[in-house]
Amino acid sequence: MSLVLCLVCVMLAPFAAAGLALIHQGLGRSRSAAHAMLSTLCALGIAAIVFVMVGSAWAGFAGEAAHSFKAAGARWDWLGAGQFFPGGVGPGSADLPEYTRALALCLEMFAAGLAATIPLSGGADRWRLAAVCCASAVLAAFLFPMFAHWVWGGGWLAQLGASFGVPGFVDAGGAGVVQVVGGLMALTVVWITGPRKGKFAEDGVPAAIPGHNIVQVLFGCMLALAGWIGLDAASSILFYGAGAAQVVWVAINAMLSASAGCLAAVVVTRARYRKPDASISANGWIAGLVAGSAACAMVSPEAATVIGGVAGVLATYMIEIAELKLRTDDPGGAVSVHAGAGLWGLIAVGLFGRFAEGSQAGHLLAQMVGVAALLGSMLPLIYGVNLLLNRFVPYRVDGDGDWQGMDIRELGAGAYPEFVVHADEFVPR
Amino acid sequence: MRLIGCLLLVSGFFLVLAALVLFAAMGMRFVFVAAGMGVEVLGVGLLTRAYTLMAKERR
Repeated sequence: MSLVLCLVCVMLAPFAAAGLALIHQGLGRSRSAAHAMLSTLCALGIAAIVFVMVGSAWAGFAGEAAHSFKAAGARWDWLGAGQFFPGGVGPGSADLPEYTRALALCLEMFAAGLAATIPLSGGADRWRLAAVCCASAVLAAFLFPMFAHWVWGGGWLAQLGASFGVPGFVDAGGAGVVQVVGGLMALTVVWITGPRKGKFAEDGVPAAIPGHNIVQVLFGCMLALAGWIGLDAASSILFYGAGAAQVVWVAINAMLSASAGCLAAVVVTRARYRKPDASISANGWIAGLVAGSAACAMVSPEAATVIGGVAGVLATYMIEIAELKLRTDDPGGAVSVHAGAGLWGLIAVGLFGRFAEGSQAGHLLAQMVGVAALLGSMLPLIYGVNLLLNRFVPYRVDGDGDWQGMDIRELGAGAYPEFVVHADEFVPR
Repeated sequence: MRLIGCLLLVSGFFLVLAALVLFAAMGMRFVFVAAGMGVEVLGVGLLTRAYTLMAKERR
């Protein structure tokens, strides 16, 4: 493993969170912009501290101590058993040198932060800061580390081959570990907080609440690309042993899948609404990145383009169905872009992945098991935790805050004090 | 409705695990894993429906 190459890739990863932060606040209302950015910083900060102090012990490293049990003749390795409050990353061993452990810890810390920022998009304009902090802490302490252990830490999903004779579940760039876990968290936040006031009329017809700064949204997409390349490449090197040549292909595949996702969304929105929709096209770009990350080091450029294109179309339709048919209010499209495209990306590994060992059908089966684990075990767990947290720290801002905006209500000052303020924004309707 | 949705999610997951444990043939495993995923999708649908109705009542 090239230490310098891996280090550079890990250091690029925070740009993904920076890009998502710009996208979230740009797609929200102007009266909640400062709150959105502060929430992102708080989520990142809390996730980093809590993950390093607590979560890293449960995420663990492959081949090291873990909590497990035996059932049906198989060993179910379900949680890491490392050391809490680490004074360092330990001396390392011949199989796992100290610098590899340190780099893995650093990457997972950034990944936990990225997962914690995703739900902010779903709860934009109504999710209280205190609740954001609590939810981020729980996500980084337990929810993210548990699934990270299953996949990256040598847990039961990674060991499907040894236990059941099918290849191990593969998630090279964190489409499941980071994106789907964050996306499912966003889904539960959308459910619990409910739609913004004024989003749906009495008869259920949705009102358009356009993002307040589409330029920042599109710049966020470009910034996210750099972060995604870093995240995909670093996790491919650290958890799947990718070499320098493969890392170059990871970068190419990330760019191709993002481009295909964006262009697919442009074409679909042009065909449906007569003009391309900038915010949905931005979501298509991110959907391409998300879907492409699962198989980033294992597919051809042609396959990466197809994966990204399908993700762009899927995200576009999912956003529309979620709003028009299901009547859910997800201002940034986090559920469609991160959970929806992420699940497609995981399945696509089984369809398009090129592997040295194991049959294609076996890999597809393993990916389906991983998707089922996300929906059937992680979603109820995430939902239960959020319901419990909502009892102690109410997620949704009160009725006045809905119209005042989160900036005035929670921070006492707006993001753009020189903007003209419309009187109706401060009068409850 | 929400409770049933959650139970469907967990049931689907156990169906998938059962497929891995009980069957050795790839075809049977595929069928049961796909069925388990179908049950999970029903669970997600039911949960979403429950919250849609709640939001409607609030309006």
